[in-house]
Parts: sequence; C-alpha cells; structure tokens
Amino acid sequence: MAYALELKDIHKTFNKGTINEKVALNGLELKLNEGDFVTIIGGNGAGKSTMLNAIAGVWSIDAGSIIIGGKDVTSLPEHKRAKFLGRVFQDPMTGTAATMSIDENMAIAARRGKSRTLKWGVTKAEKEQYKNQLKKLDLGLEERLTTKVGLLSGGQRQAVTLLMASLEKPDLLLLDEHTAALDPKTAAKVLALSDKIIEENNLTALMVTHNMKDAIAHGNRLIMMHEGRIIYDVAGEDKKKLKVSDLLAKFEEVSGGEFANDRMMLS
Amino acid sequence: MVLLAYSLSPLSLLRAMPGACAQGLIWGIMALGVYITFRILDFADLTVDGSLATGGAVAVMLIRSGVNPAVALLVAFAAGMAAGFITGMLHTALGIPGILSSILTQISLYSINLNIMGKSNQAINVDQYRLVVSLRYISGDAVTKFKFYGGVVLGCIILIAILYCYFGTEQGSAIRATGCNKSMAKAQGINTNFHTVLALMISNGLVGLCGGLYAQYQGSADVNMGRGAIVIGLAAVIIGEVIFGKLCAGKHFTFAYNMISVVLGAVIYYIVISFVLWLKMPSDDMKLFSAIVVAIFLSIPYLKGKYGKKGAAK
Repeated sequence: MAYALELKDIHKTFNKGTINEKVALNGLELKLNEGDFVTIIGGNGAGKSTMLNAIAGVWSIDAGSIIIGGKDVTSLPEHKRAKFLGRVFQDPMTGTAATMSIDENMAIAARRGKSRTLKWGVTKAEKEQYKNQLKKLDLGLEERLTTKVGLLSGGQRQAVTLLMASLEKPDLLLLDEHTAALDPKTAAKVLALSDKIIEENNLTALMVTHNMKDAIAHGNRLIMMHEGRIIYDVAGEDKKKLKVSDLLAKFEEVSGGEFANDRMMLS
Repeated sequence: MVLLAYSLSPLSLLRAMPGACAQGLIWGIMALGVYITFRILDFADLTVDGSLATGGAVAVMLIRSGVNPAVALLVAFAAGMAAGFITGMLHTALGIPGILSSILTQISLYSINLNIMGKSNQAINVDQYRLVVSLRYISGDAVTKFKFYGGVVLGCIILIAILYCYFGTEQGSAIRATGCNKSMAKAQGINTNFHTVLALMISNGLVGLCGGLYAQYQGSADVNMGRGAIVIGLAAVIIGEVIFGKLCAGKHFTFAYNMISVVLGAVIYYIVISFVLWLKMPSDDMKLFSAIVVAIFLSIPYLKGKYGKKGAAK
C-alpha cells in the first residue's frame, strides 16, 4: 500500500547566494501511514512550518520529491495540490476570506479541487448542510450563516477553517501552529475540535506545535526537527510514555544545550 | 460682480442637469468596472484610461464602416476585455507588479488607439447612424428623451443584475476570494492567476463598453477621451460608498446596493462637476478639481480611523 505521504530527500535554501542565505530543509525524509496523526516540534527555524509549506507547494523545492497517496505532486502548483490537502494556518486571518460570509467561505472550501463553474456559489441544500455542521462546533455560528467571517473572533475563525478543511475530505490535513495565536482556553477548545475532526473523518494529519505537552497528548506519533531534518521520531506506546523532560533531554542531546530556547521551556 | 451674479442663472444650471445625469449613468458603467478591480479584486488598475478610448475608437470605426451601433458596443466590450487580458498576463505570467502592468498596457493602448482610428479623432454623425445614445436625444422630443433615459437606466439595471448573479456563482466567488485573501484562495484550490486575469477582463470589458457608449453620446472618439478616467471611476466608487455606504451595509443584496451606489456616485460626480462649471470655474482646472475631490474622499476612512476614536470614546 502506498504511504499517505512520502517526502524524499527534500532540500530548500532561501535567498541562495545572498548574505541572508538560509538552509531551511536539508535532506528531509518522512513517511506517513494512512491515519497517522503526527505532531511536530522543534526550535525556531528548525523547518517545521517550512516542511508544511513545501508539502502545500507555497514555493517549489530545490531537490527531492513529495508524494501524496502515491501521487507525485512535486511539480504541481499550490492551487492544484489543494485537492489533496486541508490546511489551517497560524494566523486566523489566513484561512478564511474576511469579506465573505461563513456559508460562502464554506462553499468555496467544499469545491476544493473542483473547477469553478457558473453554477450558484452556495445552494439552498448546502446552507442547510452547513448549518448542521456548524451546530456541531457549538459556537452558535449556525445562526450566523450569512455573517462576514471578518466579524468572528480568532478562535471562531480557526474553528470554521478546520471545518472547511474537512468538508471535502483531504488526503492530508496540515495544521501549522493553528492554536498559537489564540488564548489558552480557546486554544484548548480548537485543539479538542481538531482531535474530533481528525478522528471522525479518519484523517491523516501533520500538526506543528510549540507546546510540548500538546505534542505528547495529541496524535499517535511525534517527530522532532532540527536544522531542516527529522532527528527524533517516536510512535505508539513509546510516544504515550513520553514526558516533557524526555523531550527536553533529547533537545539538549542533539544541540548541545542551545536548542531548548526560552519559548519551548515556557510551554 | 453684478455681471457675475447675473450670469449665474439657476436656469442654466437646471438645463445642465439632464446632460450631467446622462453622462453620469454612462460613466457609471465604467465605474462598475473600476469597482470590480479596485474593491473586489483589490487591484489598482490604470488600464482603464487606455481601454476606455479603445472601446470608443473601436465602436466609432465600426459604426463608420456600417456596423450596427449596438453590435459595435459588443465589440467595444470585447476590445476592453482584450486590454484587461494583457494587463492580467503582464502581472500573472510575467510577474510585473499590478499597477505597473496596467500602466504599461495603458501607454501601449495610446499607440494602438491611434492605429485603430488612423488619427487622433474620428467623428460620427447622429443624423447618419442610428446611435444607441446621443447628446442630441436629450434635447429631442419627449418620446426620444424617455427612450434615451429609460434605455440607459434599464441598461445599467440589467448590467448590475448580471454582475450580481455572476459574483454569486462559483466563479464569481472565486474572484472575490482571490481579491480578499490569496492564501486562502490558493489553499482552497482556486487558481488565483486565472481569476485575476478574468476579473481584469470583465472590468475592462465594462470600461470598453462605456467608451463605446460615450463616443456615441458625444459623437466622436478621441485618443485622449480616457485621460483621467480612472479618477472619475474612483470618484464614483468612493462618493457612492461615502454617501450610500451606511444604507447598504448588512442587508440582503448588499452587493447589488453597492453597485447601484457606484452608478449613482458617478451621476453625483457629474452633477457636482456641472455645478462647479456653472460657478464659472475654468474647465482647464477640472482635472485638478476631480483629483482633489478623490483625494479628500479617499482619505476620509483613514482619517476617521486615526482621529475618529476620540470622538467615539466620549
């Protein structure tokens, strides 16, 4: 059986040949099985978000290949890869169109990977369907179907974006620190919702986080990145037994101490 | 002074109103095009200064060669779309910044328009051709007048209805998403380049159509007829928003109301212009005046945001 995701020897350097040259991905290798929910941790500049952006095709990679569900997507532009991917971003503003209503945003997401025709953008049947799905979020949004998304709070927007990502079942869900910009209470809510959506739809997911506790508590597999590659990969029972102190020790081991920066210590 | 007061006859202002309204309605179509790029697509498109004259040039040359004036308008629309396509390709396929792409197209259209017309100005006589609109119809008999205004108003309403429906479709929604948030659009599989070009084509198509109508209205096409058109378009969009914005917000069909206020914005603009001309302001200064009006209206939202909070807090 093909892997849900295969990253083969991926390299990416930003600002090549300039004083700001930065090797972001350096021989990155990763294989995901169907249904894997992988949390990703690592210091600033380790390449976590860069990896997700490489998968999503935000820019082209320098070398290597990206295979989603057995299909090589390395040369596909971002909008064509969207067919396979659900994405939620760190900034709640990024995942939705602020000037469009909730139902319009959802309808756009429901047509991910399909060509945009001259049929109505949102049908009556869809509105009913969206209402029911919004009800499950338990945020009262089902009564605000035609509200502009720009009027929602960050947490509400992330919840809607999560729902949008799962409307058309993606082969892979990319969560890029999607709770980092939220207050702790809302972040916990959105995380719980992520768990629920991933489980209900049996999705394969990658979740970047700065919070080590979250990384341990969620998903069935955890990977740690450093200098553009994966340096630690733990799954199943071993992951369940992990403690934050184990991860900190691991950080120090690979980086000689400087790795565990303040932001990670605090979280 | 006495002479000046005497010459400011209210009657002459009144006489100027029908023409101002007609011009406003016709330019309102161009303003709709500007609204699509400036507000929906979030793209400052200066192509319009060129594509307006292109629409006029194409329509006049076709009418002179015996084509039905209504058909000529369709071709003017298509010519405008072609201009929008060039701007779109310069921007998306060649990576030139949007505003610069549109300036390049605008400049090149100057030569193209001269080539279309063979000289800088071409006239059409309303007595010779059955023009769709004409200055002459305003001073015609009641039936002619009614037909003229009815036709122009109905035309604007039909255009707004079509645009309203179009921007409600999957494709129209994709254009709106592209203009609002490119990251979101791409993540949802929308080809933002394609939809940017498409929106520019529709916008400039409307501008070309306006050019064709305006050339018929004034009885000639001129290579300079589009100079400053973008300012008039922006003025209409902004005047419409400032005056009617609050009325439109949060209702059903908001988008249709917005488009109606854009057209009304153009009408108000022309009424203000004829009022200022009636005050004996030299017509040479009109462009300066227009620019100042637009600058004031564009800065209102910013200044409100910056200084308005104090007022709101009291």
